[in-house]
Amino acid sequence: MNPSETLSEKEIGLGWHPKRVLLVLLIFSIVMMFAAFTSGYIVRRDEGNWREFDLPASLLINSIIIALSSASMQWAFLSARKDEIVRAKTGLIIALVLGLFFLVGQYFSFGDLVAGNTYFGGADANPSGSFVYVLMGVHAFHLVTGLVFLAVVLRRVLKYQVHSRAMLSIGNATLYWHFLGGLWLYLYLFLLLNH
Amino acid sequence: MSDMTPKPNLSPGVQTQGGIGSAPVPVIEHGEHSLHDEHEHHDQHWLWKYVFSQDHKQIGKQFLITGILWAIVGGTLSSLFRLQLGWPEGTMEWLKPVLGGWIQAGKLNPEFYLALVTMHGTIMVFFVLTAGLSGTFSNFLIPLQVGARDMASGFMNMLSYWFFFLSSVIMFSSLFIETGPAAAGWTIYPPLSALPQAIPGSGAGMTLWLVSMVFFIVSQLLGGVNYVTTVINLRTRGMSMSKLPLTIWAFFLTAILGILSFPVLFSAALLLVFDRSFGTSFFLSDIYIAGQALSNQGGSPVLFQHLFWFLGHPEVYIVIMPAMGMVSEVLATNARKPIFGYRAMIGSLIGISMLSFVVWAHHMFVTGMNPFLGSVFMFLTLIIAVPSGVKVFNWLATLWRGNIRFTAAMLFAIGFVSLFISGGLTGIILGNATLDIQMHNTYFVVAHFHLVMGSAAFFGLYAGVYHWFPKMFGRMMDEKLGYIHFWLTFAGVYLVFLPMHYVGIAGFPRRYYAWTGFDAFSQFADMNKFISIAAIIAFLGQFIFLFNFFYSIFRGRRATQNPWNSTTLEWTTPVELGHGNWPGEIPAVYRWPYDYSKPGSESDFIPQNVPYSQTKSSNLPYEQELVD
Repeated sequence: MNPSETLSEKEIGLGWHPKRVLLVLLIFSIVMMFAAFTSGYIVRRDEGNWREFDLPASLLINSIIIALSSASMQWAFLSARKDEIVRAKTGLIIALVLGLFFLVGQYFSFGDLVAGNTYFGGADANPSGSFVYVLMGVHAFHLVTGLVFLAVVLRRVLKYQVHSRAMLSIGNATLYWHFLGGLWLYLYLFLLLNH
Repeated sequence: MSDMTPKPNLSPGVQTQGGIGSAPVPVIEHGEHSLHDEHEHHDQHWLWKYVFSQDHKQIGKQFLITGILWAIVGGTLSSLFRLQLGWPEGTMEWLKPVLGGWIQAGKLNPEFYLALVTMHGTIMVFFVLTAGLSGTFSNFLIPLQVGARDMASGFMNMLSYWFFFLSSVIMFSSLFIETGPAAAGWTIYPPLSALPQAIPGSGAGMTLWLVSMVFFIVSQLLGGVNYVTTVINLRTRGMSMSKLPLTIWAFFLTAILGILSFPVLFSAALLLVFDRSFGTSFFLSDIYIAGQALSNQGGSPVLFQHLFWFLGHPEVYIVIMPAMGMVSEVLATNARKPIFGYRAMIGSLIGISMLSFVVWAHHMFVTGMNPFLGSVFMFLTLIIAVPSGVKVFNWLATLWRGNIRFTAAMLFAIGFVSLFISGGLTGIILGNATLDIQMHNTYFVVAHFHLVMGSAAFFGLYAGVYHWFPKMFGRMMDEKLGYIHFWLTFAGVYLVFLPMHYVGIAGFPRRYYAWTGFDAFSQFADMNKFISIAAIIAFLGQFIFLFNFFYSIFRGRRATQNPWNSTTLEWTTPVELGHGNWPGEIPAVYRWPYDYSKPGSESDFIPQNVPYSQTKSSNLPYEQELVD
């Protein structure tokens, strides 16, 4: 065969590992779900009969916690890339614990919402308040899947299966964790601006 | 599968393919180790090989068989309500042994009639034409046609089938509960679907419907991300995006539509679940039932329609686009001509995909929307006629002066084009808000979408099954029975749905259990009887296909490696396919998939894996430059 017709070994695609592509596509589907919720929220609000509510201050604290958790995850990722496994381990554990704190914080924020007369269901509820619970609840569900992912990666780190030449799992976990953190910050800002 | 040693037909030189011509076959060397790999897969336990298989071909067949079973259920339900519509005064006592309590005093229960229509729609749209069509062929064809050993994640692919199976079991079980299955229409509009007090079908049946659909959406997402990743990442050497068969382009874009639209249905379903069971009022407001005011305040049922149709409209393209892709492939192969306008075909698929997200409100012209908004959606809707027209003209131009071989698959592909034209033209009528408001609740709409989406997608499905059956099961289906099946179905579809347009224009309302109370519609009694007879004959005609399908799996004529003399990669695999698809190295790709009847070529087709250096006589100047 003539050399000018020879081909590269395989089509390179996007240059990403298939698992990375799978994750990015799943992230897109989660984005669409929240796009549906938040656009439904706006459409519904503009139709009137919308009860204003106060966002509990505890949500700000939760937002700071999730941001710190994301920062710690990034630190773990960068450390793993430099083969500093102990730091990667520490970073991951901090990210995991802060993630748990965030979930507990969200649970207490539910209490604050009820205390502020914003209900999920029942005769005193208005869709405005119900939306807040749905947004927080569905986000929390995805955050649990993120925590499971982090735990799996932590187990791999403890077995020394994550290092500068095996970055796929921790890279994907970091991407997903940043996405979930960013998603929460978006939801928080959205609720701040549109309550 | 172990009774035959795989004999890859990859020997150098020219090989007889039987039939019209022979194609040059590329020289591919494969190592000794490959047969050893093959051997290991034969030791699998049958449970892992046939049930919890991670092999894309096995999963594709699982989707196909499940889809066929669902199609029988869906078709049976439609025959039942056609009996009611055709003979509204007739007795149905003879169905009592089957339907039990749903027959009261010899009449079909009106609540059950609504449930029949609802379940027919749900089953056909989601379980047959989404899972059964794109689930089957995306799974089966993507790795084979892009030159991959399997999907990106075999495990997620297996989960995709089993979530679908779970969803199927739940939906099927809802047919047998005392209050009956969901009965609020396949679009499950609240408040009817949200309030168990409203109709019996909004009780446990609706709950099962929603739970089933949640699993269905999970299944679609797991499958969809796999299809897209496989197409992006696992293409073989040389298989650039501009050398992909149109089937793959169609599956690829279908999967993207699914990934972007099914989560929105999930959101809508979740909010509906909260409204039904947790006391929220997203879609409920100011409702009185039996003189009692409900406490729900502030909800908007139109919001549900927006969320639903944001999925619902892309969904109809999820149903039709795989059929379009397969039809393009079948038409080109059997017309022995390159597909006309390959790039325009890709462009129109992309155009349809993008437009499908911005036209959803044309299903909602009668919700009292702002007329200006309506005209925006009308404008966007009518634009879809442009890419659809491009596709139709390209299919017709592909057939034009082709050396047509009327295989059963080809007949169904041509039938698809016919139905897509007939049904598409009425789409232009219904896309106009003013006309739609007039026709919306008549049989005109029913006739329109059954032609353009229902029947056309079914024809695509049949074309695909007849065409790729040899690759799936290593045997051929019977052509004669295929012809009988085609003509019964083709005539049946038109005899059912053409009269429906007519009664629809006359104002005959859809969703009505009985129309005998209205003098205006009594004159259509004969027409309704005619439609019912045609529908039942067409339904019975499908059993010819079923016999042919299952008989041929076990007793059909043995297939050759490339029975249709086709160019795409799946026909370079051995007849008996193992896990991993190619026993040796995966073939590389050098040319586009439509080199049929190329001037100067000895054979009338040149497979994608034949380098230009082996086809000097037929190379175009720019192709010759690649080898010089």
